[in-house]
Amino acid sequence: MDTILLVGLVVGGTALLSWPLGHYMKWVMDPGPGAGPRRRALDRAFERVAGRLGREPQAWKRYTIAMLAFNAVMFLVAFAFMALQQVLPLDPDGKGAVEPSLIFNTIASFTSNTNLQHYSGEVAMSYLSQLFSLMWLQFVSAATGVAVLAGLARGLTGRSEMGNFFVDVQRAAFLLLLPAALAVATLMALGGTPMTLAGAAAATTLEGTEQVIARGPVAAFVAIKQLGTNGGGFFGPNSTHPFENPTFWTNGLSMICIILIPMASVWMFGRIVGRMRHAATVFGVMLFLLLAKIAGAVYFEAAPTQAFAGLPAVEQVAGNVEGKEMRFGTPYGSGPLWGALTTSTSNGSVGAMHDSLNPVAGLMPMIGMWLNATFGGVGVGMVNMFVYIIIAVFIAGMMVGRTPEYLNRRVEAREMKLAALAVIAHGFFVLAGTALFAVTPWGVDTLNNWGPHGFSEILYEFSSASANNGSGFEGLGDNTVPWNVATGLVMLLNRYVPIILPLAIAGSLARKRATAQSAGTLSVQDATFGVMLVGTILIIGALTFFPAAALGPIAEHFLYVS
Amino acid sequence: MRLLLASVRVTAVTIGVCVVGYAGTILGVAQALVPVAANGSLVSSPGGGVIGSRLIAQAFEDPGYFWPRPSAVDYNGAGAGGSNKSPTSADLTERAEGAIARFGATPESPLPPELAAASGGGLDPHISEHAALYQAGRVASARRLSPSRVGALVRESAFSPGGALTRDRVVNVLELNLALDGVSASGARGTVVPAAESRGAP
Repeated sequence: MDTILLVGLVVGGTALLSWPLGHYMKWVMDPGPGAGPRRRALDRAFERVAGRLGREPQAWKRYTIAMLAFNAVMFLVAFAFMALQQVLPLDPDGKGAVEPSLIFNTIASFTSNTNLQHYSGEVAMSYLSQLFSLMWLQFVSAATGVAVLAGLARGLTGRSEMGNFFVDVQRAAFLLLLPAALAVATLMALGGTPMTLAGAAAATTLEGTEQVIARGPVAAFVAIKQLGTNGGGFFGPNSTHPFENPTFWTNGLSMICIILIPMASVWMFGRIVGRMRHAATVFGVMLFLLLAKIAGAVYFEAAPTQAFAGLPAVEQVAGNVEGKEMRFGTPYGSGPLWGALTTSTSNGSVGAMHDSLNPVAGLMPMIGMWLNATFGGVGVGMVNMFVYIIIAVFIAGMMVGRTPEYLNRRVEAREMKLAALAVIAHGFFVLAGTALFAVTPWGVDTLNNWGPHGFSEILYEFSSASANNGSGFEGLGDNTVPWNVATGLVMLLNRYVPIILPLAIAGSLARKRATAQSAGTLSVQDATFGVMLVGTILIIGALTFFPAAALGPIAEHFLYVS
Repeated sequence: MRLLLASVRVTAVTIGVCVVGYAGTILGVAQALVPVAANGSLVSSPGGGVIGSRLIAQAFEDPGYFWPRPSAVDYNGAGAGGSNKSPTSADLTERAEGAIARFGATPESPLPPELAAASGGGLDPHISEHAALYQAGRVASARRLSPSRVGALVRESAFSPGGALTRDRVVNVLELNLALDGVSASGARGTVVPAAESRGAP
């Protein structure tokens, strides 16, 4: 019962908060001609920062190239900081150099908003790398996502120019992410999260043993980690570490931050294209799928730890306790709830060890990553959903014999090819990567669990990389050159391809003449379309990934649990 | 190219504002408002040395102390982590059998499961009130205190981590053990632990 209350408060409360935030995001990203003088002064400042290119109106190709150029610079600058961490300041605990393939993987990961971590933060990274490399990327990769969504939405209104990427990314970073992060970081610090530049503390315990306690500038890091659907933790165990998540209340705040901006992005999209009822339909579809995953995760996590089932000397209490923290409440509450939220978005932080979730409870995060559109990453979640919408509109139109159109523009073969490519790319990266690593020592030698659960570890890792999630079944020994290179490439490819293709679709749609709304137009804002959209998402997801699910989590469930 | 120049300029400004400005502000606010928490909630002994952190579990093996949850990283505060074992894994069964032996659990007096299961970060400072009361008998006889006294101490220390939103109360193992030492400061325990000297025994 308290679990249902927790879910209701977190999901419902955030949904309520997302409404005014979406309104604010529209003011930030697309102020329009009605903006006040101070708002316009901010935009002029952003234009000046970008120099001569700050004022150029960019059509979709130019916008995309600007985005890629900025992301390339992001990669290079962050890489340089991390590669030199051993000679740069802010390293009180003397972390050495980071191995090159790990630097590549980490920078690719944070540049793509994934935050996959093949390292443990307090072991490998200096404070300088954590702040100037990783935390900086957390801001600007999230800002990139929001900017891209705003550009897409503007394109769909028929404007030939999508805006100016350099101005958009600053708007998102300074007017949205920064104030939100300041507020959240302060609350986290007040809740007990450390914030210091002092090195690790050396303690002598009550029984006389030495204990080195790592700390650092955690509160600032955690705030933008959650708000920007980044997910990379300051410490290895992420938000199960008591410093990263000290209390039940910081736990709740963190969960709210995971879905807040992704939810608000849907409203921002609706406001920019001027179709709020359509946005509400999409929001409803996403919410339905999210709640289904939460219900599945919570239900299956309520089974007690199977490994203790044959031990009468251990209490058989509801809930699988392995990998959970006591301060968050029941083991089938916050852990699986967080797991569903973090993988429905592209966050990837964890409030419980996913490798230790019950098999089918661990399948829910995988489903979230395979669909990658139930709220999804900041900005890009809605961009992914846009691809599903195009496909749903096309299929629906074909089924009833009407020309498919979306927001008054015809959806034709060219748009469908681009959309299909976007969906196929994700499936390809996940399945081909998993297949390769499941049959070679690259994957097989790095497993922490044998049998179907081992397969799940590999499947999860590629799903996480391709979906730009970043969580993992962390028993996997993934700090090897093959894992670093393979997942690094997948993260980059499936970050930019699913951004470029939808922007191209929007650009292509914008060039067409607007068709008038008539009685024959298929509505995209009623329950029928909602059901159609859910069906499209599930069919594409189920068809693509069900066989892999059967080999991993479902096999494990039937072999061991039932 | 002008694209690269624009990118570099935006880079510089975002680093200045979102890293230096932001982190600096939060650093100042945290150190000013909550200095103890900002530096890791460290606990000091009367002698001045750091005993540990209120938020970070530490190892306890003396029967006169309450024992925390198992840790997959042996309470390493500089390299935390979980076991990441599947809940169907035979390794977990093995570890649970070790815990049963250590706590002396029997089917008539079964072990609370969190004392057999590792926490996510390996540094979980809490156990449930129930798990603490489970150990109260052992602690009481090791310290030659009455079990009801120890039980009362546990109940006093227990709190509900989520207020009205959580049902089960928990105790902070380190704080409970410090309170215990305060109660039996005369050292009337069955076994002498060398650590008493390093703590500045009264």
